[in-house]
Amino acid sequence: MQSTATTATTTAKYLSVNNIEVIYDHVILVLKGVSLEVPEGRIVALLGANGAGKSTTLKAISNLLAAERGDVTKGTIEFKGARVDKLTTNDLVRMGVCQVMEGRHCFAHLTVEENLLTGAFTRRESRAATAQALERVYHYFPRLKTRRSSLAGYTSGGEQQMTAVGRALMARPTMILLDEPSMGLAPQIVEEIFEIVRDLNGKERVSFLLAEQNTTIALRYADYGYILENGRVVMDGEAKALGANEDVKEFYLGLSSAGRRSFRDVKHYRRRKRWLS
Amino acid sequence: MSFFLEVLIGGLLSGVMYSLVALGFVLIYKASGVLNFAQGGMVFFAALTYVGLLEFDLSPWLAIPITLVVMVILGLLTERIVLRPLVNQPQITLFMATIGLAFFVEGLAQMMWGANVRALDLGLQDEPIAWVSDHLNMMISKFDLTAAGVAALLVTGLALFFSRTRIGRALRAVADDHQAALAVGIPLQQIWGIVWGVAGFLALVAGLLWGARNGVQFALTFVALKALPVLILGGFESVPGAIVGGLIIGATEKLAEVYFGPLVGGGIEGWFPYMLALVFLLVRPEGIFGEKIIRRI
Repeated sequence: MQSTATTATTTAKYLSVNNIEVIYDHVILVLKGVSLEVPEGRIVALLGANGAGKSTTLKAISNLLAAERGDVTKGTIEFKGARVDKLTTNDLVRMGVCQVMEGRHCFAHLTVEENLLTGAFTRRESRAATAQALERVYHYFPRLKTRRSSLAGYTSGGEQQMTAVGRALMARPTMILLDEPSMGLAPQIVEEIFEIVRDLNGKERVSFLLAEQNTTIALRYADYGYILENGRVVMDGEAKALGANEDVKEFYLGLSSAGRRSFRDVKHYRRRKRWLS
Repeated sequence: MSFFLEVLIGGLLSGVMYSLVALGFVLIYKASGVLNFAQGGMVFFAALTYVGLLEFDLSPWLAIPITLVVMVILGLLTERIVLRPLVNQPQITLFMATIGLAFFVEGLAQMMWGANVRALDLGLQDEPIAWVSDHLNMMISKFDLTAAGVAALLVTGLALFFSRTRIGRALRAVADDHQAALAVGIPLQQIWGIVWGVAGFLALVAGLLWGARNGVQFALTFVALKALPVLILGGFESVPGAIVGGLIIGATEKLAEVYFGPLVGGGIEGWFPYMLALVFLLVRPEGIFGEKIIRRI
């Protein structure tokens, strides 16, 4: 395991997940001790295959697990130095931690603008302040402004993803948990959305924890990465270092130093890991 | 002609009475995507509680607020005990839960207040308005007109609530997607508490008016069944739909009874609304004002 986590440890602790275990329905063990850290103002990618536990990790942080009969049975989650693992999602959103769920989950029968307005639910602010927040979202997603009065259910996948991110922005979070933003979208749209993520991160210092299957693009935009397999962190490191790692290249990027190889010869990384567990 | 108008207006006004019950359904459906089968039971419970309190020689001005408090508590308890543990479950599970709830509420009401039929007097006479019958030669019931006024007020209030307010928007969001609503920080419990509280209030209004008209008895729970065709016509998630649906059902069933009834020996009123609903289901399953079924391909 590589641990060149120099920047992660030197910058102030922002969001940290310490050795959490998550069990669904009291029997299904999904996370078997995951630890990770998101320093303030950074983009951290959480990578791994289907069912590795990426979404579960994010939901454990935002505490959406309760609604899925999941439970954090061990470990702690801290945000700005305070434990947050017993707080409700509503509390967390108030504190500035907001999750954008996998698969967009827009409110189909609400207009795009109404969708965005629901994001401001926790803020109880004046009309003027809400209007200002709307303008800010429209500044980042000009396309949403042109679609503001159409029902979200009738907009395209990319517009729905933008609506979902914009809706989270309305709560003015400082930490966004972004789950699989590239799912089912055209490469160009994916690029566009990641550009906005980088923009938000650069201009407003919003931190991101980004769960992605698309390892290539995630590592391109992230500062740091964790790789999950079977509910465990198997590798972590600077995004650049991860991208250059032979194993990562081979298993997640489909590249290999020996050129193209038959899959029959590929020694499966996961199988090797099973020995250790 | 004036006879036709009289039947039509009488029908429209009685339709409003259906709308009152339908509104309770719409509210819960809009906020949780669940058809609350217990709405009829709640109407019965409210009427019975009110009448029961009057038997203790309470004045109506005291009995109404007490009943309202009881209904709101009943609503909140329902949310806490029945619905909260079922967050994020398939809708059919929630629906089955409300069927169970219906039996429970009906049983509880009769256990508390007894099962005998009682009269409920709101001080509103079900008699023709003198001015109208003198000048226009039509019989329009004072009671029906008042009920219509109350319904109009409720509908306007609810429609504004859903479309303009922060909580109303949150309610619609919750109906669309529980989990996403949670994710943006909408506290589901609080929202459902509000909804069930308001549904209790609507049940009280419907219970009082229907109880005054038909007497407070177990048959009040069947009023809810008449609300179903209203919902199918108007659309399950539309407040204006509940009113328009009610008006159409009320008017057509009375007109059909008067004009076609004699041809088939009468009794059309009982089944005509359901047939109309069936036709609607074939042609426009989401109802007149219902939300379009959105499917992405």
